[in-house]
Amino acid sequence: MNTQTAPILEIKDLKISLPKGADRPFALQGLNLTVRPGEIVCMVGESGSGKSLSAGAIMRLLPEPHVSVADGSITFEGEDILSKTENEMRALRGNRISMIFQEPMTALNPQKTVGWQMDEVLKLHLNASRKERYERAIEMLGQVHIPDPESAYNAYPHQISGGQRQRVMIAMALSLSPKLVIADEPTTALDVTTQLQILKLIRELQQKDGAGVLFITHDFGVVAEIADHVIVLRKGEVVEQGSADQVLNTPNHPYTQALIASVPDLQPPAPKPLTSLPVVLKGTGLKKTFTARGGLLSGKRKAVAAVKDLSFQLHQGETLGVVGESGSGKTTVSRLVTRLLDADSGAVEVDDTDLLACTPPELRAMRKHIQMVFQDPMASLNPRKRVVDIIAQGPIVHGEDPEKARARARDLLELVELSPAAANRFPHEFSGGQRQRIGIARALAMEPKVIVADEPVSALDVSVQAQVLKLLADLRDRMNLSLLFVTHDLRVAAQLCDRIIVMQRGEIVESGFTADVFAAPQHPYTKNLLSSIPGRSWTPPVRKIDAA
Amino acid sequence: MNLNIPPIAIYALRRLFQAIPVIILIMIGTFLLLKLAPGDTVDALVGDMGGADAAFIARLRAEYGLDQPIWVQLWRYMAKLATFDLGQSFVYEQPVTTVLLDRLGTTLLLMATSLSLAFSIGIVLGAFAARRAYSLTDNLISTLGLIFYATPSFFLSLMMMLLFSVKLGWLPVGGIKTIAGFYTGWDHVVDVARHLVMPTAALSLIYLSFYLRLMRSSVIQVADQDFVRTARAKGAGETRLMVHHIMRNALLPAVTLFGLQFSALLGGSVVVETIFTLPGLGQLAYQSVIQRDMNTLMGIIFLCSIIVILVNFLTDLLYARLDSRIELT
Repeated sequence: MNTQTAPILEIKDLKISLPKGADRPFALQGLNLTVRPGEIVCMVGESGSGKSLSAGAIMRLLPEPHVSVADGSITFEGEDILSKTENEMRALRGNRISMIFQEPMTALNPQKTVGWQMDEVLKLHLNASRKERYERAIEMLGQVHIPDPESAYNAYPHQISGGQRQRVMIAMALSLSPKLVIADEPTTALDVTTQLQILKLIRELQQKDGAGVLFITHDFGVVAEIADHVIVLRKGEVVEQGSADQVLNTPNHPYTQALIASVPDLQPPAPKPLTSLPVVLKGTGLKKTFTARGGLLSGKRKAVAAVKDLSFQLHQGETLGVVGESGSGKTTVSRLVTRLLDADSGAVEVDDTDLLACTPPELRAMRKHIQMVFQDPMASLNPRKRVVDIIAQGPIVHGEDPEKARARARDLLELVELSPAAANRFPHEFSGGQRQRIGIARALAMEPKVIVADEPVSALDVSVQAQVLKLLADLRDRMNLSLLFVTHDLRVAAQLCDRIIVMQRGEIVESGFTADVFAAPQHPYTKNLLSSIPGRSWTPPVRKIDAA
Repeated sequence: MNLNIPPIAIYALRRLFQAIPVIILIMIGTFLLLKLAPGDTVDALVGDMGGADAAFIARLRAEYGLDQPIWVQLWRYMAKLATFDLGQSFVYEQPVTTVLLDRLGTTLLLMATSLSLAFSIGIVLGAFAARRAYSLTDNLISTLGLIFYATPSFFLSLMMMLLFSVKLGWLPVGGIKTIAGFYTGWDHVVDVARHLVMPTAALSLIYLSFYLRLMRSSVIQVADQDFVRTARAKGAGETRLMVHHIMRNALLPAVTLFGLQFSALLGGSVVVETIFTLPGLGQLAYQSVIQRDMNTLMGIIFLCSIIVILVNFLTDLLYARLDSRIELT
């Protein structure tokens, strides 16, 4: 971009030291970075790469003394940040440098109204009357396109939606027209359609004020959507930096190449001729309403129809994706199908036996035909049991000889590409991706006909995500499994699913072969979803799955 | 059906209805439990008199209705209770209501001062310790809290008596006022206050340590949350962070504990009132158990259940006021 203008932010050889006993001595080793006015610099890296700590260092909000700047300089508008006093920093924060955080749910004080929190920034830095501050806050809420700013001003954070909360965050961060905005994964917790709106909003407001933006993310789709300049971090070291176009399309460093190669592209597999194979799982007319509770002696709550009249068929060896945004009822579907939740009406047939009509003993016997892989690989494994027991527990409950079940559990570990030595360790000793492999092995131990996977990769870094997806596809083909795959991520769905169902507010709005739906979506909602995928116009250049 | 009743009134009414079965169950349970204990009022009375002939005992039993089967006695008691008639005290030969109201003031005064002192001091110390976590100040406060927590109130009472009354002679040993003093006006207030210093301290120190520990961990936890970081990034100073962002959120668990501890405190006051011979409900309960004064005991339990339910209701209201996410339904 325009290299003549003086940079807003200049970081030279920044080193951040970690406390003793951490996995490495420095969280960040020699970071060099420049943000110019009107420029969006994206800092990309997987979890633990030190990207959030660099933001903390700029704001001087590191958890000192455990983590502190060891070396290097940070210059903001020609002034040395590191030598400023705490009072001088306080005057800068929120005023000339401001920050947008990741979790809109927790980043706002739950006990104060939106207005109070907007007002706080203005009160801290402006010498303005109450009326002027109110007008400014309302103006900002209007600028971030919140419908009815006056009513949002008086609302508490829990009374508005996640997307609106993030808009409030942005309004707050930009209300004093800062020179530098640091955005730390601002859209990670949001649905794709909301994400796109927020990204557009950041761009729009930033261009208006000419501010520099340091944008931290792990998502290459988002990078492709918004970045001017990209810095790739790995374990505290910069492996590559350059213009967005160069890093995204002609990456030099093998790590960047591997990362980009792990981004699922939007080319769905060619449809398999599966419809002739037998149907293993069939749902008909499924309905679930979370009923209005309460009565005479307790409060009433509104009834919510989570799933309205849903029918689908899953053939042998096929992967059916259930896609939708939060609140669409896709997770409820996965729970109904496995009868972890009881449906109000309808039938789920596994091999022509209606699961929903089973008596409890019959149901226990049926359970082994349909197994689940859960989203959070940490929370879904019992932390007090060894891996081998976690995997063998299912078969043992179903009457298999414990010794045999354990021996088979060890074989399964090999099947999911973990070392057999893993068997005697506890879940917390593994990384997220490895834990998800254990979760898959646990499901496979029952030799199920169908696996229901509820967002199995959404908590994982891209490179790990790619590996787990590949493993799932592999196992499916080798063992002739059928997968019901619930996800919010259309890129993931495109990579794995043969057919997809798109859900909105408990109803199927569109279904069909993934390739067909992606190529020519019929329903406006599907069109909207597909056009909101960040970086949809960018096709990753290299295709190698031997990622780090 | 829109009767324009404020929602808070509907809520209060529903809580009232919910409280009725609770109280009935408590009363029936206590009644049966007391009947399970060997001996009754007549045994205790006769024991005090040094013995009496069988015919007199039988007449006394019939007079008190104690010759009936337990179910009949229970039914009669509950029927009277339904009209808020707590019956006569066998020992004091006065209506139980009169006896109770006579004693209620002292206990409430003791409890209110103890709990509010424990709550306010505990919270301030806890917050203070949390802001300087793992420093010398924190260690000092936390150790002190641990000592209070570990000292039984009867032991503390006796040691204080020994030190302040016997050795130093600063404070009266027991009672609620100087009997021969006949103080009026401010002198009376000061006199009562002097009598309450040791009981209050004995009763509150252990609860103070509860609040201290809870508040310390709560503040440390809240201070670590995202919205505090947001506020810092907005340029807020430490005082502002503490007052507006941390305390408000950290107080919530302490308020919950406040409601729960009120009932525990009623139990604690039995020991303290007995040691310091304060004419309160706790002491009355203790004596009534010894003397098998069934009606008085039941009356005390009835009153205490009502107080506890009321305090919990008020705590819920306070909680809803403090936490904007909670709506009373």
